[in-house]
This record gives sequence, C-alpha cells and structure tokens, in this order.
Amino acid sequence: MIAAALSSLWSYWRRNPLQLATMIGGLALATALWSGVQALNTEARASYDAAAAVVGEGRYDQLVPRAGETLDEATYLALRRAGWQVSPVLVGSLDLGEVALHLTGVDPLTLPAGAGAAGQVAAVPLAQFLAGEVMLAHPADLAQFGTAQSIDLIASPAITQGMALADIGAAQRLLGQAGAISRLVVAPDQPLGRPPLAEVAPELLLQPAQGGSDTAQLTDSFHLNLTAFGILSFAVGIFIVYGAVGLAFEQRRAMIRALRTMGLSMRFVVVLLGAEIAVISLVSGAIGVVLGYLLAASLLPDVAATLRGLYGAQVAGTLQLHPSWWLSSLGIALLGGILAAASAIWRMSRLPLRAGRDPQVWAMQSARGQRLQLVLGLALLVLSGGFVVAGGSLLAGFARVAALLLGAALLLPPLLEVALHVAQRRARSVTAEWFWADTRQQLPRLGLALMALLLAITANIGVSTMVSSFRLTFIGFLDQRLIAEVYVSAETDAQSAAIEALADDGITVLPLLSVETRIGPQKVDLYGARVAPVYEQYWQFLAQDGDVWSRVAAGEAAIINEQFARRAGLWPGDSIPISPTVTLPIAGVVGDYGNPLGQVIIGEELFITLFPETRARQFGLIGGGADALMARLEAEAGFDPAQMIDQTALKAASLEVFERTFTVTSALNVLTLAVAGAAILMSLLTLASMRVPQLASVWALGVTRHRLGQLELARAVALAVLTLLFALPLGLALAYLLLAVINVEAFGWKLPMYLFPADYARLAVASIGAAALAALVPALRLARTPPARFLQVFANET
Amino acid sequence: MLLKIENLTKSYSGPDGRVPVLQGISLSLDAGETLALTGESGSGKSTLLHLIGGLDHADGGRILVGGQEVTALDDAGRAALRRGMVGLIFQQFNLIPSLTVRDNIRFQARLAGREDPAWAAALTDALGLTEQLTKYPEDLSGGQQQRVAIARTIAARPALILADEPTGNLDEDTADRVMDQLTRLVDEAGATLVLVTHSSALASRMARQCHLSHGRLS
Amino acid sequence: MKPSAIFLAFLLVVPTVAAPQGFAGMATAVEGFNDPRPAPAFSFPADHGAHPDYRIEWWYLTANLQDAAGTDYGLHWTLFRSALAPGDTGGWDSPQVWFAHAAVTTEDAHLTAERFARGGIGQAGVEIDPFAAWIDEWTLSGETLDALSLTASGDAFAYDITLNANGPLIFHGGGGYSVKSPEGQASYYYSQPSYEVTGTLTLPGGDVVVTGTAWLDREWSSNPLSADQQGWDWFSLSFDTGEKLMAAQLRSVDGSRFRSGTWIMPDGTTESLGDDALTLTPIASTQVAGRDLPVEWRIEIPSKSVDVSSRPLNAQAWMDASIPYWEGPVFVTGSHSGRGYLEMTGYEE
Repeated sequence: MIAAALSSLWSYWRRNPLQLATMIGGLALATALWSGVQALNTEARASYDAAAAVVGEGRYDQLVPRAGETLDEATYLALRRAGWQVSPVLVGSLDLGEVALHLTGVDPLTLPAGAGAAGQVAAVPLAQFLAGEVMLAHPADLAQFGTAQSIDLIASPAITQGMALADIGAAQRLLGQAGAISRLVVAPDQPLGRPPLAEVAPELLLQPAQGGSDTAQLTDSFHLNLTAFGILSFAVGIFIVYGAVGLAFEQRRAMIRALRTMGLSMRFVVVLLGAEIAVISLVSGAIGVVLGYLLAASLLPDVAATLRGLYGAQVAGTLQLHPSWWLSSLGIALLGGILAAASAIWRMSRLPLRAGRDPQVWAMQSARGQRLQLVLGLALLVLSGGFVVAGGSLLAGFARVAALLLGAALLLPPLLEVALHVAQRRARSVTAEWFWADTRQQLPRLGLALMALLLAITANIGVSTMVSSFRLTFIGFLDQRLIAEVYVSAETDAQSAAIEALADDGITVLPLLSVETRIGPQKVDLYGARVAPVYEQYWQFLAQDGDVWSRVAAGEAAIINEQFARRAGLWPGDSIPISPTVTLPIAGVVGDYGNPLGQVIIGEELFITLFPETRARQFGLIGGGADALMARLEAEAGFDPAQMIDQTALKAASLEVFERTFTVTSALNVLTLAVAGAAILMSLLTLASMRVPQLASVWALGVTRHRLGQLELARAVALAVLTLLFALPLGLALAYLLLAVINVEAFGWKLPMYLFPADYARLAVASIGAAALAALVPALRLARTPPARFLQVFANET
Repeated sequence: MLLKIENLTKSYSGPDGRVPVLQGISLSLDAGETLALTGESGSGKSTLLHLIGGLDHADGGRILVGGQEVTALDDAGRAALRRGMVGLIFQQFNLIPSLTVRDNIRFQARLAGREDPAWAAALTDALGLTEQLTKYPEDLSGGQQQRVAIARTIAARPALILADEPTGNLDEDTADRVMDQLTRLVDEAGATLVLVTHSSALASRMARQCHLSHGRLS
Repeated sequence: MKPSAIFLAFLLVVPTVAAPQGFAGMATAVEGFNDPRPAPAFSFPADHGAHPDYRIEWWYLTANLQDAAGTDYGLHWTLFRSALAPGDTGGWDSPQVWFAHAAVTTEDAHLTAERFARGGIGQAGVEIDPFAAWIDEWTLSGETLDALSLTASGDAFAYDITLNANGPLIFHGGGGYSVKSPEGQASYYYSQPSYEVTGTLTLPGGDVVVTGTAWLDREWSSNPLSADQQGWDWFSLSFDTGEKLMAAQLRSVDGSRFRSGTWIMPDGTTESLGDDALTLTPIASTQVAGRDLPVEWRIEIPSKSVDVSSRPLNAQAWMDASIPYWEGPVFVTGSHSGRGYLEMTGYEE
C-alpha cells in the first residue's frame, strides 16, 4: 500500500520533470549561495585560527609591545629573570617569490604545552629544531619552497597550508630580525612573588586571552557582511521552492483525495508528503553543497585578496572541506524545503475528503490580512528607525537593515494592491480593466516572488550605491593621499641616504616612517610625517583644531584618522598617549579609506626621538617629473625599476585592490537577482496552470490566445515596474544605512552618499528584463495553448 | 439565414485511432429561431456547439454565422466573431472572478463595443441582480452566477447565443426560473438561441428540436 | 607550564636515537662528547661551573629542615644542564639546554616546580666567580661555594635560604671519579655535604622560618649508565654521630645491582665503599603515582657496623616532572640514627 501510494505520488514528478527540476534547482541554488558563503567564512576563520593556534593565541594572555612591532630579546630575559613565565614568539612573512609563508618562530622549551606548536615540534628531533636546522611546513607548500634554502624542510600535515613553524632563533635569522620578538605568550601558571609588569617591562602591554584572534575580530565585520548576503540569497531561494511545492500540491489534490478515498489516513498522507519533501531537499542540498563548493572555490582568491589587502589577514588560497560545513549545508536545505512546504502540507491536511468547493485559492486576500501585513510592515520600519537609539554595534546596524528590508517587503503587497486598484479604476478599455483586476487578484500568489524581487532589487540598488559612493570617495582619497610623483622603496641605508640627498637638488623628499603600536587597547599604525607644503595643499580634514600641520611639525599635536577617532571617541581637543612618556593633543581628523586600522600621524622629529631605531624605507618624491626622477635614481643610485612606482601606476594598483574587494559583493548581487527572477518564473508557472479556467472564459468571450499571452507578459513587466518603483527609494534608504551606519561600525568611516541614476536605469532594465524573461515561458505557453485545453474547461461534469 | 451548417465532420484521436464525433451534420437556422440540441452523453452536442462558436476546428464541412464562414476564419477572426456575434453560456457559468458582477455584465458588451448602460440596467433588474452588482462571483449562489452569465451574454446583444446545459448545475426550481428568464430575454433581444440539453422538458421550450445520435442529426 | 613529556625525551637523547635506554637516556653513547677519566685534577672555582663538552651535569641540593616547633621539612633544588651537542656557540643556536626542579616536602604535601631554558641567551647558566647558578629567577649564588643563598618559587610555594658550609668538599670514588657500572661507566662527582641552613619557606599556610642542614652534589658525565642499567637508588645521610654517608646502587635489567658509597667522617676524611662493601634492601613499598615504589630500605655496611632502616617523611614525594622520579627526605633508625635524602629513578609504571 505504501509502495503504491509512493509510486502514485512520484508519478506526478515523473510527468512534470520541469517542475521537479525547478524545485531541485531552486533549493540547490539557495543552498549553494548559503553554503558557499559559509565555506568562505569557515575557510577564512580556520586560517586565522590556525595562525593563532600555533602559539595558543586566544588561550593564553600575551605581552605585546605598546609601541612598535617587536620587543627586544633583553626584555624577554628580564621578564624570565624576574619570574615571569613567558615564551617568545616571532611572526613574519617569509617571502618565497611567488608565495609567502606565514612563519612563526617559537621556543619549544618555554612554550605552554597547550599551544598548538608544542605538539607539532614534538614530531621532529628537538636538537635539530633548537639548532635552527629545520622548518616545518605543510607538504603542499614544500614544493613551492625549492631547495636552495638555508634550512631543512620537514613536511608536517599538522601545519596549516600557508604557515610555517621554526625555532625562534631560525625565525629571527630567516626573517632578518635578530634579537626581535613579536610577543610573549604568558603561561597560565605563574610563580609566587612575581613583580608587577610595570616594574620589569613597562613598555609591554598585557593582552588578556580572548575568544578569537586579533585578526578574527578585525575581520568579523567583513564576514558578517558575507553572512548577511548569504541569508538574503537563501531567503530569496526559498521563495522559488515555495512556489514549486505549492504548485505540486495544488495539482495533486485529486490524487491525494483518491488516495484517501482508498483508505489512507490523512496523517499517513502528510507523512508521505513530508518524506517526499525531505528526500527532494536532501538531493537538492547535496547538489547545492557541490555548487556552493564551486562558488566558494571560485570566489576564494578574491576573498583572500580582499582580506589580505584590507586587513593583512592571511587566508590559504585553497578550500578545505570541513565536515561540519557539509552537514550544516544539508541541514539548511532540509530546513528550507520543510519551511517552504509547511503551509502547502498544512493546507493539504485540511482538505475535505469529498470533492466540493475547494478552499478558494483565488480569493482576494482578506482585508483583515492585508491590514495586519500593513501594520506589521510599518512597525518594522519604525523599528528600523528605532534601532538608532539602541544602536552602536554592527549587529544593531544589521538589525536595522533587516527590519527595513522585511518591513518594506511586507508593505509591498498592500501597496501594490493600492496601485493596481488605482490603475484598474483609471483603465479606459475593458481589456485593461480586466488586466488590472486580474493582476490584483494574482497578487496574493505572486506576493512572495515579488517580495523576493523587491529584496533583490533593493539590495542591488543599496549595495551598488554604497560601492559606487565608496569608489568615488576612495578615488578622492587617493588624489588627496598620493601626492608624490614617485614612490620609492629603499632596500639599504645607502639607498635611503641617496634618496634623502635628492633634497639638495630642490626635490621634495617625503619619507614614510611608521611603526605598529598600541594606543590603549587599539592597534594603530603610527606615522612620522615630514611636513611639506603639499600636505597643506591637498589634505582635507573632517575636523580640525587650529593650524594642524605647523602644530604637527612642531611635535605638539597629532593627526588621527577617522576610524580611530570614531572607535576611540577622540576628536580635536582630546589627547592621546603616543608613548609611555608622550601625550599629544589631536589637531585634526582625516578621512582614510585605505584599511580599517587606526592611524596616528606625528611630526618626523618627534617620531625619530621616540623610535630612533626605525628607518624610513619608503619615500615619496616631488619635483622634476616622475620619469626623470626614476631614470635618475636608476642611473645614479642603482635603484631597480621594481623599487619605484609613479603616482598613476600606484593609483591604478590601489583601485584594483578596491575593485577586487567588491568582486564578491557584486557576484552575490547578480546571483541574488537571478534567484529572484527564478522565483518569479516558478510563481508564474504555478499560476499558469491554475488560471486556465479563467483564461478560457476570457478566450471564449473573444480575446485571442495571442493577446492573452501578451497580457501575461505585460503583467509581469507591470508588476516588476511597480516593484521597481518601490525598490528605488528603499534601495536608497538601504544605501544610506550601509554608508552611514554599517560602514561606521564595520570599518570606522562614514561615507558621503552619491546617486547614480545611470546605474539605476541599467538595473531597472535588468530587473524588468529578468521579470519579462521569467514571464516569457508561461506567456508563450499560453499563446500556444491548444484550444482543446481550454475546451476541457467547458466540458460538462454531468 | 443566421446559421448555416453544411456537412460538418469532426473526429478526435483516441487510443484506437480517430474516433468520429460528428459525421456530416447539416443544419440551418433563421434569425430569432430557437433550437434545442439533445442527445446522449458523448453524442457530440457540446462539440457541435463549440464548432459553431469557433472554439474548435472542424475536420470538414462549413459553418456560416451571419454570412461569415467560421470554418475559414483564423484565430483572430474567430475571436472577433465571438466578440461581435456570438454569446456563450456555459454550465459552469465561467464568470471572471476578478471582476465584480457589474463589471462581468459589462464585460462582453464592452469587448463587442456595444455597451448600452440602459439595456444592461434593464437586464440586471429583470434578472434580480441589482443587489449583487458590487459583489464578486464567488460570493454568489449558482443560480445568481448563471443569471450574471446570461446578463453578460445578452447585454452584448449577440445575434447568436449558444448555451451549453445552462441549468445543468442548478436545482430544479432555480433551473426553471433561470430558463424562463433566458428564453424571455432572448426573445426580447431578438437573438437566435441554440440550447444544448439532455432534458426533454427544456428542449420542448425551444421552437425546434434536433436529436444528435452517433454523430448524426435526426 | 609543563612542556610535553615527548620532547623532553629528546632533551637527553641525541640526536635521532630510536628508543632511549636507561633512565632519561643516560645509557646512550654519543659521539663528540668528552668522557670522564680516572684520577681527575679538579680546578676550583672553574670546575664549579658548567662543562659544555660533557653531555649532562647537575647542581643538586637537598636539605633537611625544621621549624621552631620541630616540624620536619625537606627542600630540593636541582639545576640540570643537558647538551644536545658538545660545545657552546651562544645565542639561540646553542646546543645547551637547561632545566631545573624545585620542591618542598612536608609530612603531607610535596610541592614541586620545573623550569626550562635555552642556554645561549642567558636565561640559565652558571658563573664561577662569584658563584651563581640560575634559571629564570631561581638562583643559587654566593661569593664562594661555601656561602650561598638559594631562591626558587612555584605557583604554590617559594623558598629563600642561606647556606654556610662548615666542612670541606667531598670527592667520591677515586678522587671524584665515580664508577657507575662493571663496564666502567663513570662520572665526575663531588659534594659539599655540610651546609648549615637558615631561611624561610613560603607555603600555602604561610611563611615558615626553618633551620637545618643541606647537601650539594656536583656531577657531570657524558655516558654515566651502562646499556642495561635502568636507574638508581641513592641516599645522602647525616648521622647524629656527625658521620655522613653517600650510598647508591644502579639497577640492571637482569636484577643485578652495582653499588658504591662514600663514608664521611666528622672531620671530612672519606672512605670509598666498593660494590661489595654495602647492601641496599627494600623492606616496604607503597603505591606512588600509579606504581609500586620501595619507599623503605635497609642499609647495611658491615665494615662500619651500620645496619639501619630508612622511612620517608612523605612517601608520596614523587617529582611529577617531565622526567619523573622519587625524591624526598628520609629518617634512619637502627644502629645509627639520622636523616637525609633518598632518590629513586627509573621505576617504570
């Protein structure tokens, strides 16, 4: 009996392969977008964690330099001799030509046993490791490394790809950082009578163990962005499935009624239908996981480039498969399938056994339901505004966005209803009147697909406005910042001196002095600037106090960037501690869109006093033209052309980094729109078969099939246009939230908003095109419906 | 001669090859005449009606409605014919659910370009639909729906009205009342009526009766 | 903080030996290191310092202490040097690795700590003039070896004591050449057994002022155990008569024992005791750290009319370090009475 019931249920799909394909495709697509994004996130996080786990970052407290990137070995010894149980770690990028390995140097004798490296080191002969004779790397990376190295390589699968592990002595040698230590891992057990840190090493800062690594926290916002997109795509994809499931159930009413007449209980039929959905969901999920993997694999290089460019975070360039990711993807597919089928199964379970008047599918949505939707939508919009009060966090920012989008989506059907009603009233011809009336009537059924379209268009407008505004601002920022004609990297002190000597010939030499440091808990880049007239000419401040540059030149004030100002809540008039001994007032806050890190700029002289060991290796040169300057440096000081780049090339390179950053965003954008188009197609296909009786009547009254097909197409376009009209202001509101709220929380900068009518027009054409394309198949089908199909409608049931 | 049918044939493809439905039907009807078409279930009554209304294609023979050769018309021509000359009344009413009763009644007249509000109002009144004008079809009873269908058809003043078991879905009392109203209004409008029915009582109300059996008229 | 035991095994097994033999791999021959030679001529204070061309070396201090109320305590401090290769290059590349153990034993507690250090960077080492042996903040230092102060601390205890020697250095075996096996494995071995101690123990219950006596062992070698030797049982005892005894036996896999000892008169003159001059017999064992350990012994030296039995202050004096062993204060009764330290190594689970 079960087999018979199953085969009769299944026969439906066999006869409607297109529907089955759309359903599987929709769910697979939704799963793919979701799981692809998850794979990207998981991969990146695994990379951070792997880097962090080498020294147990997150598990152990750490001592880090308050200023500068490294601390001195003597400080380490002083701490050990004072009883502090700390272990030195040196990290750096080991350049291997094409690729770079993230090298971590540790001292296995003092490293806490819980640090990941301890276990990995245990696998090699300690004498060789301590002697600095060996380095551990992932087998796949060894091939890159070649043989002509000063160190033996040991393949260790336990090492994450892209990472390398060596003794700290070897690391100092390989990285050219003799006597340097990046940070100290603090052992959990400390002896009695240990003096306070301030007495032994006031230049160090104790960083408590934290849940995630520095990198993970820094990049959280980026991953949250991706996740938000993943959820949006998934939600849109579920609309497709909803449509397909609805259709399949509606069309199998008679069959299900027959099954029940033959003695199957409703509960049993519901279980069968549920099982059917579960199987389809799992199959779709499996396909989706594979698609998601491909999607993630193709986007990963861009994501890795973005994370590297924006945050300096290293992410392995290849995707690894984590079982948890497989499982969660299948789970989400199953959840999505059941979610989409729930209401259809519910309706089915209430179907009366005897054929009679089926619940009126075509009933206009009840006025009460519409009012509820209206109130809920408005409430969400108010809530979206209300989060401003609660605001402050990135999560609150996304909550505002979510409330705005959801609220607007809920408002869409009531608003469309009003618009269509007006159109119907104003219609002159009877066909037009019928057209609008009929469109209105389909609204409850098309509502979800239109909401999906609304979300997709809104996201597109919002995100593209944000990206384009960002791009304009970024270009402006490059013009402001890249003021030198040529940028040169010196490799030796002699080359630095040769560059400085150019000043004698009237060439403006702008050295770039910088150290990584900490101000309070925040990691910032501290720059020493040689104040030149060009700075005053080009730099614009978001806020300033007095004559900024002369105060900075005199070593009496500092400039900070916007993200630092916002995060720390410091503005002109406030003071910041530059070093344990120097505190400066803030003279200016400058817009900075290079990366989310905080920046502090002080005068060159003060910088040299504070960090005498730091040498400028990068210089900007102005005067005499880029080509002449480069030719001269090459001829006179032996500079390699690779060490020099002119302003135009540097700007182009910077813009390229910027564009790559948003490759992922735009790819997801396009996919979301495609999914919305598919949702409309599914809904229309669902509707098409249900509407045959109505269309047959109109046809019988003398409207040609051809005309009906045209009207069908026009209906999709009309709805798309109306949705678009609604999406435009909504998209701009979204853009505003992204620029003024999300960006501030995620990156620390507030961006001005620009409008891009041409982009919107293109998007409008694309969305209407997508809707029309989606409507084309049902419309063509309608235009070619054999009259016999219509005639069946008039067949008498006597 | 409003309707002229000559040697009309029609068959459908079935599991064992073509199944003949109509085998050389010939018939003519003058303007204002009423004809009842009776026959067993599956005798081809509805098919004949559909062919006259241009809803279906004949295999052979000719149909002329008001001098126009329906069997020679293309899709658009048939649609135009249905708009301009023919009114269809079905057993299932086949109203347009998205339109109000008022708009349903006006619909065909407007399609035909012959809207006459006074005539429509008179019909509405005569059929007792005045109270229902702002309602939607699904809010009406079966009898009310069929009255709307009748009003819709007659409001357009078609020369030929084709009714296929118009009371088949109605109880006996309602069926009688609806039928009375239909015949009276057809008469008032001076239209020609072809009524398909299996009820001999209904058939006897028509001026002429034809019985269809095995694809032939008798 | 405790580095994993796995790589500690490598500390003493160099460079890529398969299975370490004997306790802590001391029975493994290694190329390039010096071996002790008979009839040594020590040079002080230079020989109080490190000998990087020998594979292992220690500065080993044990003390029997009492507080004002007469409560007994034991104190232990050892600095080990272990060379992964001969010589010392300085810097991170130095093959010299240091580690150290500290412990305080009471009747019902045994508190321990362990430290590790790289040799070449100054985190641990020994200087001779003035004398200083240190690892991290733990130091044993003084103008000479006769007047020292010692500090060490763990997460639950600390101590700070001063030591004053009131007798001469004692040289074991043949003038400090101590043979460990019939095959001739040997070490350089001398002691200062006569320190008077005053100081303070910091214990979970608070600070305790203590006085007592201490014994310092200095020993270095490259290959002190023969291939079949598993470990040793070692006593340093001070009798109430003023006489002192070092007695040790090395246990072979086949059950045979190789014994040696030094009898020390109150004036510091010594008599070396050969393999057949003494016997060490377990008389009671206790479950310690999951293994059966002979914590009570009978010690017989017929030539000295010594027949004593020892019992520990705390039988659970297990050093749960990366190289685990038993080390704790003991009391002896019988023909002589006194106190001292017992060390037992190489007892596998």
